[in-house]
Amino acid sequence: MVEITGLVKVYPDTRALDGIDLTIDSGKIYGLLGPNGSGKSTLLKCIAGLLRPDQGQIKVFGQRPGRVTKAKVAYLPEIDYLYRWMTIGEIINFVAAMYPDWREDKVDELLKNMNLTKEQKINSLSKGMRARLKLVIAMARETELVLLDEPLSGLDPSSRGKIVDMILSEFRSERQSVILSTHEVGETENLYDEVIFLDKGTIRIMDQAEKLRQNHGLSINDLFREVFL
Amino acid sequence: MLKIEFDKAQPIYLQIIDQIKKALARGSLNPGDKLPSQRELALTLGVNPNTIQRVYREMEQMGLTETLRGQGTYIKQGDDLVKMVRSEMVNTVAENFINEMLALGCSKEEIMTLVKQLLDKSIKLKG
Repeated sequence: MVEITGLVKVYPDTRALDGIDLTIDSGKIYGLLGPNGSGKSTLLKCIAGLLRPDQGQIKVFGQRPGRVTKAKVAYLPEIDYLYRWMTIGEIINFVAAMYPDWREDKVDELLKNMNLTKEQKINSLSKGMRARLKLVIAMARETELVLLDEPLSGLDPSSRGKIVDMILSEFRSERQSVILSTHEVGETENLYDEVIFLDKGTIRIMDQAEKLRQNHGLSINDLFREVFL
Repeated sequence: MLKIEFDKAQPIYLQIIDQIKKALARGSLNPGDKLPSQRELALTLGVNPNTIQRVYREMEQMGLTETLRGQGTYIKQGDDLVKMVRSEMVNTVAENFINEMLALGCSKEEIMTLVKQLLDKSIKLKG
């Protein structure tokens, strides 16, 4: 569903992506792993159509990322984009209007699983609760590709656990793929079909998670530490 | 049925198959028993549903389970199955033990004596 060849993205002071070749298949959960500054967010933004490549090519569902592909891709940004003065219910109505594939019938269940209610005000939510709400918004859409940029970053263990559980329970392995970026591998270890280690804008390792465990005799987390620390 | 503390340095699907075989050898899982749906097991164990799909596929290829269309996956009927699984597991444990003892430089007599001693002791302890 995603084909990337020779992707380069340059910022004034750095080559954020320096020649990425990558194919994303349907029905898998991908772990996009790397330390801060390795290019994970930039890569996801390029796939989401929020950044233009400087060189190389990206095809999402056979097309260049843009208006058409954005309608088919759910993207959870790392930044906190929720308007503080709104209630959860107002935010939900706001985003529901933007997406034709919004699953109104699903939202209440997802909110409940995350211990959130529509009456709560955004400015009264903890960081963990806001992160959980962001995931609800990403997962309430009926999309074949879900991009999650650092969904666990800086959260308490209980929120992290809830987020991992929801990714698992909502993932539709027959027809959907998820790309999850993180620099904290431990808790997400069991989620991955495929693992991509990103290092200074290039792919260092890319393989099936089970194969890496078998070949190295290490957990993905330990392998990550060995490669990057 | 299953509570697994994963050794994350080993492939997860192999560990799940191993636990199911152990449950079968112990008798906490029996021929004819229905296994949970793949989705259910994935959520219970907190692993990717594709991992569970692989577990079920491999168990079916091993002749451990059968899937009845529309009804789910069952441990295969037949008395031989449990015996087979059990003897396979027992053999593996025994072989590992012997190999490690030999690697430590123990002689055949040493191993036999030690096994007999330890066995007598643990039988006595259990009354």
